[in-house]
Amino acid sequence: MADITTQMNTTKQMQAGFSRSQVSLAFVAIAVVLTIAQYAGLLPAALFRLPESMIPPFAIWLDAIFTFVKDDLGLLAVTRWLTGGLQWLLDVTANLLFGKRRWPNIGPIPWTSIAAVAGVIGYYLGGWRMALLGAGVFTWTALIGQWKIAMETMSVLVVAAPLAFVIGLTLGILAWKKPWLDRALKPILSVLQTLPFFTYLLPAVIFFKVGPTAGAVATTIYAIPPMILMTTLGLQKVSPEVVEAGNMSGCTKWQLLRHVYIPSARTEILVGVNQVIMLCLAMVVLTAFIGMPGLGAKLLAMMGSFKLGRSFEIGVTIVLLAVMLDRMSKAWVVKQPEHFEKGTPWWKKHAMLLLGIVLFVLFILVSKVIPEAQTLGRTQNFSQGKEIDNLIKGFLNIDIVKSTTGFLRAFLNVQILIPFRNFLLSIPTPAFILLITAFSLWLGGQRQAVLAAVFFSLVALSGWWDRSVITLYSVISAVALASLIGLPIAIAAARSPKWSERVLLICDTAQTFPSFVYLIPAIMLFGITDIAVIFSILIFAMVPLVRYTIEGLRGVPSEMTEAADMAGATRLQKLRSVQLPLALPVMAIGFNQAIMFAFFMVIIAAFIGTQDLGQELQRTLAGTDMGKNFVLGLCVSLMALTFDMTLLKWANDRKKALGLES
Amino acid sequence: MKRFTTALCAGVLASMPLVAVAEDSSDPIVIPIHNWSSQIVMSHVVGQIFESMGNNVEFVTTDSQAVYESVRLGDVALELEVWEGAFGASFRAALEKGGLHDAGDHDAVTREDWWYPMWTKDACPGLPSWEALNDCAAVFATAETGDKGRYLDGPVDWLKHGQERVEALGMDFVVVNAGSAAALWAEIGAAEADKKPVVVFNWTPNFAEAVWPGEFVEFPEWVDGCDKDPAVGPNPDALYDCGNPAKGYLKKAAWDGMKDKWPAAYDVLTKISFTNPQIAEMAKFVDVDEMEPEEAAAAWLEANPDVWQGWTGS
Repeated sequence: MADITTQMNTTKQMQAGFSRSQVSLAFVAIAVVLTIAQYAGLLPAALFRLPESMIPPFAIWLDAIFTFVKDDLGLLAVTRWLTGGLQWLLDVTANLLFGKRRWPNIGPIPWTSIAAVAGVIGYYLGGWRMALLGAGVFTWTALIGQWKIAMETMSVLVVAAPLAFVIGLTLGILAWKKPWLDRALKPILSVLQTLPFFTYLLPAVIFFKVGPTAGAVATTIYAIPPMILMTTLGLQKVSPEVVEAGNMSGCTKWQLLRHVYIPSARTEILVGVNQVIMLCLAMVVLTAFIGMPGLGAKLLAMMGSFKLGRSFEIGVTIVLLAVMLDRMSKAWVVKQPEHFEKGTPWWKKHAMLLLGIVLFVLFILVSKVIPEAQTLGRTQNFSQGKEIDNLIKGFLNIDIVKSTTGFLRAFLNVQILIPFRNFLLSIPTPAFILLITAFSLWLGGQRQAVLAAVFFSLVALSGWWDRSVITLYSVISAVALASLIGLPIAIAAARSPKWSERVLLICDTAQTFPSFVYLIPAIMLFGITDIAVIFSILIFAMVPLVRYTIEGLRGVPSEMTEAADMAGATRLQKLRSVQLPLALPVMAIGFNQAIMFAFFMVIIAAFIGTQDLGQELQRTLAGTDMGKNFVLGLCVSLMALTFDMTLLKWANDRKKALGLES
Repeated sequence: MKRFTTALCAGVLASMPLVAVAEDSSDPIVIPIHNWSSQIVMSHVVGQIFESMGNNVEFVTTDSQAVYESVRLGDVALELEVWEGAFGASFRAALEKGGLHDAGDHDAVTREDWWYPMWTKDACPGLPSWEALNDCAAVFATAETGDKGRYLDGPVDWLKHGQERVEALGMDFVVVNAGSAAALWAEIGAAEADKKPVVVFNWTPNFAEAVWPGEFVEFPEWVDGCDKDPAVGPNPDALYDCGNPAKGYLKKAAWDGMKDKWPAAYDVLTKISFTNPQIAEMAKFVDVDEMEPEEAAAAWLEANPDVWQGWTGS
């Protein structure tokens, strides 16, 4: 039965595919004709760009809705009331971690105690290496003179991450129970995941007061989506046999959830936890724009006074914290629950807990005697800010580096990028929409094409068309360049497991390194030009490309490559005809991720100086222009979603066609 | 630092009885800090003065434009650096909505205009006159601007009208907008190594003065109405054909409720007034001497007791 349906599907697909590419071609042809007409000066102005007068005032409508919800429905009163509770929680953690004068007034906890406990947790989860990592990261933070700001950051994260976990888990369970909620949530989550972070920040400030509360809320919202998705995914995978067993032993509904479903979905839920933590850390710098104190705020202040070295050090601290939390939460995923023999004394069962408490108290006592164990001041630390400054400046001043960047600027920027941008801008709006629709139709399908047309038409209606096209131009150029550089690296690395591992490690690090730190070197290398913007996006976008290509190539079944070897294929033939086609669906996911990352980074690149949506978004942050903020954010989101759904659909179709996944 | 605060408290408390004012609330006075050092240190200086008077103080990092909305709502109590050029518009907008008011000017004046680091003069000796700058426009050319010079303006949202001025005065320059202050510094920093001539937007008081000595370009002097009446200024048909005012104000702003909630602190706030050299000194402690803002503030207070003790009423 199943076979017949798949067969029918394939035939249908083949028929559709035939006519699909024809229709796509027709669309492209119309677009070309329109563009030529524009060049010849034959196209009426209204067809080139939507006239101002036809643009509906979305921003004003949205503003009116916001005001209604905020004031008339009293949402502001509710959120401000919630802010009070959140503030209390944040005050408690702030007091414990860095000694803010608030109840319970017992902090700050000495850095030695925290480092010791991190070491014990590390040991419990992953042995000596993890223990060293846990204790080492905190020791580094203290020695480099960033303890207080790091704790300011942590005091918000220890509230935001659990909050995101609880909300995400609850919504995930509900979405799994109630299919209608799942259907309603899916599109909202997709939009949330592509919405630029500036769009989260403004409402957070308005509803939750500038400062750590808004920071915590924005972080939480940002981190929830993957938790929901992973929870639902995990619960759906639970095998019916296990549930059967639960039912037979007479579980109530609640018991079934608590003792059967959740433990069975443990792996997925913990992967969700890992994602939550990583996203929280990604927001550390961004939330500094709305008053979140700590590492992010310090990083921005350091960048504002041109201290490369010290902003670099802060970047390193954030990476180390991320790596530590990432490794620990991953170790937790792998670690199976321990079971003890009956009659094991309680202290043996909880040996690690006890050790943690003992060390914690011990170091508190030690710090009473030795003040250095309590806090390290600025004068006692080992910051090498000035030296790193000189190192970076020295590097940028090497002649080869200078002549390379000079060449890139004169050639790549002036000859390729700027003409490409001007070309994209010269395409009439309807032709552009047709081209995108054709692309979605050709790769995705009818549904994707219709949505692409609707989405891009909405972008045109928003009145921000030129800026949207420039945004898209940066994204496309960066991803194209990233593929040119990243794919050869990935293909070379995938040949040996050792190199794959090393390159993946670099990818991990590059991904968690706060992207802001790239901006200044990018400017110093390329000046305030498109190429600096594209360069900073490229670093970020290359990561998923490399990662998924390596994973795709290494995931090719060994039977296939062996068969190719036996058939006497050369290495290049094997790569081209066997490995790449089979890895392509996975690589497409990486490509899609790269585009999403590029859409994320292009907004940050507004800090270099761009003329795209990011620049306007950055401008709205300064005011209370919620309507405009949302319109701009949605433009970015709609464009990103178009690529997202098209590429994912294509990857899924390919996978099915290759029989890689059911 | 702790010992110093104690000494400070003792000193101030000894002189307090003379000042008979209503009790200040024990709620913390929330002071906003932004991302440039002089403002951060100044906020800590004022914060430590308030603390020495027995108040509780807290700092919160905010956006320098959005902060006026927060002052208006009372989320933060005051703002110590309201720049005429940079934040005048946001300040006036908030003033109209109500909730905050003008708490007096600093002695310091602010200036924002086209600026160049000193080494630029070697390539273009006629500076600081704008005509001379225009004559050596080719020196400032980049790969992207062809034979025209490049002027790096502040972010678009700072509304500095660089483009308008270039057109009004018929200059051979292309205006490029940086995305942030950090981007401006990165450009100067990159030019520093081989002393490449650059002309960028800059302002004073600012840490950059201490790091890169430089000068403002002298444009036709600012006349009132230069931005509204085309007839004013050398070009009779254009707006923005003058330089920016060389003496802009630097104000303090306060939340309307501050006066009643912390009367003593409010009284001090209205008296506070820093000069350009004092602000530069605060910035220097952080930017050049690499102190942390709190330490810099304490060091400044210790070095300048005669400046601030008058404000607290001793």
